[in-house]
Amino acid sequence: MSTEHVVPTRVYYTIFGILMLCTYLTVQIAVFDLGALNTIAALVIAVFKATLVVLFFMHVKYSTRLTWAVVLGSVFWLGIMLALTMSDYLTRAWMTFG
Amino acid sequence: MPEAVHHHHPALAHHFDDLEQQKEAATLGMWVFLVTEVLFFGGLFLVYTVYRAWYSEAFAVASHELDVTLGTINTAVLITSSLTMALAVHAAQLGQRRLVIIFLVATMALGAAFLGIKSIEYYHKFTEHHVPGPSFAFEPHEYARHAQIFFSLYFIMTGLHALHMVIGLGIMTWMLWWAWRGTITAEYYSPIEVSGLYWHFVDIVWIFLFPLLYLIGRHVH
Repeated sequence: MSTEHVVPTRVYYTIFGILMLCTYLTVQIAVFDLGALNTIAALVIAVFKATLVVLFFMHVKYSTRLTWAVVLGSVFWLGIMLALTMSDYLTRAWMTFG
Repeated sequence: MPEAVHHHHPALAHHFDDLEQQKEAATLGMWVFLVTEVLFFGGLFLVYTVYRAWYSEAFAVASHELDVTLGTINTAVLITSSLTMALAVHAAQLGQRRLVIIFLVATMALGAAFLGIKSIEYYHKFTEHHVPGPSFAFEPHEYARHAQIFFSLYFIMTGLHALHMVIGLGIMTWMLWWAWRGTITAEYYSPIEVSGLYWHFVDIVWIFLFPLLYLIGRHVH
């Protein structure tokens, strides 16, 4: 049973505390008008929260390399989809101004 | 050439060498499914990104109509349900049947609470005529058309998320039955583990939905 890993419950409680704190933070930050930084701050916090859930609640930190590859693969392909589509949509108007 | 007589666990399927390998295969299988889910919801987030880039002002104004308090409470409810889910898996790893049952019931109760709060929000949207369709109405009027796109995305994304929650509750009912009848043991807890992966994934989707739908209009007056 090499990959079997029983995580101490205090780890789960700590992660839970950080997730709650981040939720509070993201709600508080949203009140201020920071321009484009509003979205960036919201996404940075959301990505941080999601990472904690994946690593600790979903045990990826203690999982095999194959699981790591699959998890990172999903993020990578999501990135391709978002980046290539947005590079199209956000540059369509360029022609008319050129 | 068997060196020793293998002690077969009743839950071990014949095509696996041992329970360890079986658990790894189950975990990997669930993760592969979750990859398809990431890209499924990813497509919706992509549509959201395109329309928000085009109609960012209308999106901010429309987002302001959502109930941030209920949304925040629901976020807390869902994060707490992820904690109880993680604790259910922990109890399953240690073969603590009673605790598995308690934490599964807690997870289901929190999941049901989330859906209850969500339905209150939906009800408000119906009474405010913010449901896309012939009776859609929005003030200020110049944002109405683009606000309708925002609310379409709101209902599609939160609706599909809620559907995942309902399916999750079904899975948890199934796991509760297995824990109750003693199928889940310290040697064979992978059903709880992979069900937990699904539950946490649905939580992650909400972690992104909440700021992108509820909070983008907070600084708008």
